[in-house]
Amino acid sequence: MTPAGRHCPRTRQTRWGPGILPAMLSVGLVGAVSLTCAQQNPSSTPDYSKAEVHILPVQGNIYMLVGAGGNITVQAGNDGVLLVDTGVAPMSDKVLAAVRSISEKPIRYIINTHLHPDHTGGNEAIAKAGSTIAGGNVVGDIGASAGNQAAVIAFQAVLDRMSAPTGQQAPTPEHAWPTETYTTPVRKMFFDNEGIEIIHIPAAHTDGDSMVFFRRSDVISTGDIFVTNRYPLIDLERGGNIQGVIAGLNKIIEIAIPADEQEGGTLVIPGHGRLCDIADVVFYQEMVTIIRDRVQDMIKKGMTLEQVKQAKPTRDYDPRYGATSGIWTTDMFVEAVYKSLASKP
Amino acid sequence: MGGAAQAKLILILLILPPVLWARPVVAQADPSGNWTPRFDEDWEERIPGPEIGDYLGLPINAAARLRADSWDATLIELPENQCRAHGSDYGWRGPSALHIWQEVDRATQKVIAYHTHLSAYGAEQTIWMDGRPHPPDYAAHTWAGFSTGEWDGNTLVITTTHLKENWIRRNGIPRSDLATARVHVLRHGDYLTVAVIVYDPVYLTEPFIRTTDFVFSPQQQMAPWPCEVVDEVDRPAGQVPSHLIAANPFLDEFPANYGIPPEAARGGADTMYPEYKLKMADMKLLPRPAKKVTNR
Repeated sequence: MTPAGRHCPRTRQTRWGPGILPAMLSVGLVGAVSLTCAQQNPSSTPDYSKAEVHILPVQGNIYMLVGAGGNITVQAGNDGVLLVDTGVAPMSDKVLAAVRSISEKPIRYIINTHLHPDHTGGNEAIAKAGSTIAGGNVVGDIGASAGNQAAVIAFQAVLDRMSAPTGQQAPTPEHAWPTETYTTPVRKMFFDNEGIEIIHIPAAHTDGDSMVFFRRSDVISTGDIFVTNRYPLIDLERGGNIQGVIAGLNKIIEIAIPADEQEGGTLVIPGHGRLCDIADVVFYQEMVTIIRDRVQDMIKKGMTLEQVKQAKPTRDYDPRYGATSGIWTTDMFVEAVYKSLASKP
Repeated sequence: MGGAAQAKLILILLILPPVLWARPVVAQADPSGNWTPRFDEDWEERIPGPEIGDYLGLPINAAARLRADSWDATLIELPENQCRAHGSDYGWRGPSALHIWQEVDRATQKVIAYHTHLSAYGAEQTIWMDGRPHPPDYAAHTWAGFSTGEWDGNTLVITTTHLKENWIRRNGIPRSDLATARVHVLRHGDYLTVAVIVYDPVYLTEPFIRTTDFVFSPQQQMAPWPCEVVDEVDRPAGQVPSHLIAANPFLDEFPANYGIPPEAARGGADTMYPEYKLKMADMKLLPRPAKKVTNR
């Protein structure tokens, strides 16, 4: 989220219903996209014409695309291209151009880390530009058109929330939906000469979060369970919970192996912000855990939500991660932590 | 002016130009070599380590103060923190043996970079001298950061960005990953003075300046620093030791032990300046224990 994004009013209503998603659509939850309020107003439709997609080689087969909303992970090799997330819809052409500058091979797979439109907005256009290798039971189940686009993989809850029962209006177009879902703790696949683990983290940023671990390249793409530019956004209305966020951060620390001096080794691509490694995740995990523990202690003492907000349990981290306006303020974070902990299942 | 004086002046004028011409156009005092820290300088802070709750002389804000109040030293026991290096802005503080060497382009014989190696953690830093730009803001941050250097007279001035979070003082006072450091390296004969200026928009209200001195030690042997993570304490995965807000029981030890007003021990930009002593005269003191108490 840019400072510009933080201070721009939101006006556009969407079919996503209440909560943070309308705000994400109206300001694009633009991550590193450099847009000004003047560019966004008066229509509140972001002007993406000046936004750029930057390519950062990470290691092994992996690249990070920055500037199209949420960070996009690109795996490129002989088998083709695999993307983790697709950014906001208006940036699709620029994302495709960036991908093409990395590899001319077809885009075979898209993995969505969660449902939010700054990570799935480009699904339709980018999937359409790719193609799945289809045959056998895949064609048998779906039909001959199965190979006409890249496969879009996500946890089942992502499809559930992006689609709607027959006869009802879905919040997103059908062609943006995941085409393959999973419901197990881990889905494994092998592509571009490396094993890939798609790891579901229950009830974290949302209820449909996936992290993607590229085993040979030694890179983890985390989605919005880990970001570097704000407190973790917990979408309570869509199944998010602070405990799940912490579980996800702990999972990254469990998987990642640092090189000398506890840095490097496994590299971590966050949902928003800069390229990281385990040490960066540890700092963030410590911050989130300490704040969770403080709020938990305040709840134990019988403090109300308002009293907890007044106590400012995040104030030592606010100069780094806090916000007083925009789609995810410090108050909203504290409220989400409180509600996560106060409503035990 | 007498004849003898005139003759002296003429002699000086005759000798001076060749002497001046013999000096390099820019008087760069190459810092390459092996250096031993003068760690008796600020000994208490560097070898035993700083006391819990000692924030004196640090231009910190309230957020940094609370971070440190909440900091529990057992955090360092966690496997993921045991081999963590210091940030390059703090690493000079050592006390570490220091080795500096040049990287020279073979064709032009120009210095492309200086490299530093510190015995603590085997931490290394590259200081690029070839004018290359700093990376974009979405690039990775490291303990060493990304450094470029340039000569200002005989002072090597280093600018470091892309630092990971680290210390201002090793008792929980943080320096954020948004900070930059400007380091002035001055060689005067067999002595090296390193002045580090930290600019941190997150935790400092003013730039923090600290100097550290080294002595040239050509005979110095650099020891390796292998670091292997071990399970020091059996604790549940994901547990983060910390003190809850206003619940750290050790904060009064430092001001009580040293007869310093607790208010002064809290630090802040004021406490950097000599005139602060006048303010301290009116501040309350804690009862001083007969014997120094320390639970760190």
